[in-house]
Amino acid sequence: MIEIQNITKRFGKLTALDRVNLRLQKGECIALIGPNGCGKTTLIKSILGMVIPDSGDIIFNGKSIKNDNAYRRYIGYMPQIGRYPENMNVGQVLDMVKGIRNHQTALDYTLYNLFALDSMRHKKMRTLSGGTTQKVSAVLAFMFGPQVLILDEPTAGLDPIAAEMLKEKIIAAKNAGCLVLITSHLLSELEDIVSQVIFMQEGKSVFHKNVQQLKLDTDKETISKAIVYLLKMQAS
Amino acid sequence: MRILKYVAVDILKNKIVIAYTIMLALFTWSAFSLEDNAAKGVLTILNIILLTVPLVSVLFSTIYVYNSNEFIELLVSNPVKRGMIWKALFTGLSASMVIAYLIGTGIPLLIFVNFKTALVMILSGALLSAIFVSIAFLSSILTRDKAKGIGLSILLWLYFALLFDGLVLFLFFQFSEYPIEKPVAILSALSPIDLCRILVLMQLDVSAMMGYTGAIFKNIFGSSWGLLLSFALLLMWLIIPFCFSLRMFKKKDL
Repeated sequence: MIEIQNITKRFGKLTALDRVNLRLQKGECIALIGPNGCGKTTLIKSILGMVIPDSGDIIFNGKSIKNDNAYRRYIGYMPQIGRYPENMNVGQVLDMVKGIRNHQTALDYTLYNLFALDSMRHKKMRTLSGGTTQKVSAVLAFMFGPQVLILDEPTAGLDPIAAEMLKEKIIAAKNAGCLVLITSHLLSELEDIVSQVIFMQEGKSVFHKNVQQLKLDTDKETISKAIVYLLKMQAS
Repeated sequence: MRILKYVAVDILKNKIVIAYTIMLALFTWSAFSLEDNAAKGVLTILNIILLTVPLVSVLFSTIYVYNSNEFIELLVSNPVKRGMIWKALFTGLSASMVIAYLIGTGIPLLIFVNFKTALVMILSGALLSAIFVSIAFLSSILTRDKAKGIGLSILLWLYFALLFDGLVLFLFFQFSEYPIEKPVAILSALSPIDLCRILVLMQLDVSAMMGYTGAIFKNIFGSSWGLLLSFALLLMWLIIPFCFSLRMFKKKDL
């Protein structure tokens, strides 16, 4: 569904992405894992067209995303730190994205109702707590029935109940045939959702494996233990 | 176009544009009621406008663009053309600055001054507003840091509004033995503010008091060809900085 072909991105002297090649298939839930500053967010932003790679190409549903924006219609994106126009209230932000997307089919309000955002419609974005802003991001990501979900640290800042609700929603989306790309440092949380793991380090993708394969290769029973094992291996 | 709607609503909610309109209206009406003849009034207004219009346009736009960072970020991850976001912001900002000028200064000008002079002054003022919005877009894309961007905008305004004049005057005195009227006339095309000043002065009879230089200027800028050429130059001042900023914005990492 998404094919990343040899992309490289430099910020000054720092190489954020170094010749990354990946194929992301439909119906998978892929965890993007790696230490801080390994290029996870840069990779995600390249897929979204927010960062423009120096070289290489990204193919979405058989079409290059260069000079294209229509493909973003099929993506729901939840940023790590959602930044929204400060003087708008929650309702206005939702209405604006709706207006700009001009979506034809029915909108998905499940998370909106679950998070009880209706009671905060009139609160200004700048007065919202980090967790509530995350809720707005989550609602926007799921609202337009996307084929691809890109979630950057989705549960960071959410309270346990909201995090659980979001997790269920992610599983439902995956079962509906959505491609889910998730980054998180809370590996234990990913345990029961994830089907594949991409491990990145210093801008390179070190491996891309099925979960079973990863567990087999490292001889550990959970993803978190397998990753910790790999990180320690690399350090020594 | 849908983006433009949200930009326009946001600018309208901003009270600074309304305050700016009222300020311009106050300046213009009081200048006309204080001076006994309209030509003197025009001169007073000209001097005020050539300083304030660029300053307000450039400052307000720079700050507005920086404050729209979140808005831009939100839109870029949606199915929207990048160029459209930048163009919508530019259209919204320059339209609001031009409308503020038309309401504040344009209306009294049409009432008090003869039609042709008023028209030249309205056109050049409106262009000047848009030009400095365009310059603001360039300086706000050149640096990520808001303080630096605003500083750069103020520097550019200072250069065009004050320093450039000083430089031209300095050249004029240094080479006063030589026939440098023509080079100076061409040189003044390098600053949109000076271009506007000359355009309006040529409409008034004061150029007669400027002696030989005035005569040469009248020769170059006074003819209808000169007028057209000057407006073409002003349009270039509007388009070129914006196109540069657009190209940079399309490649910018957010």
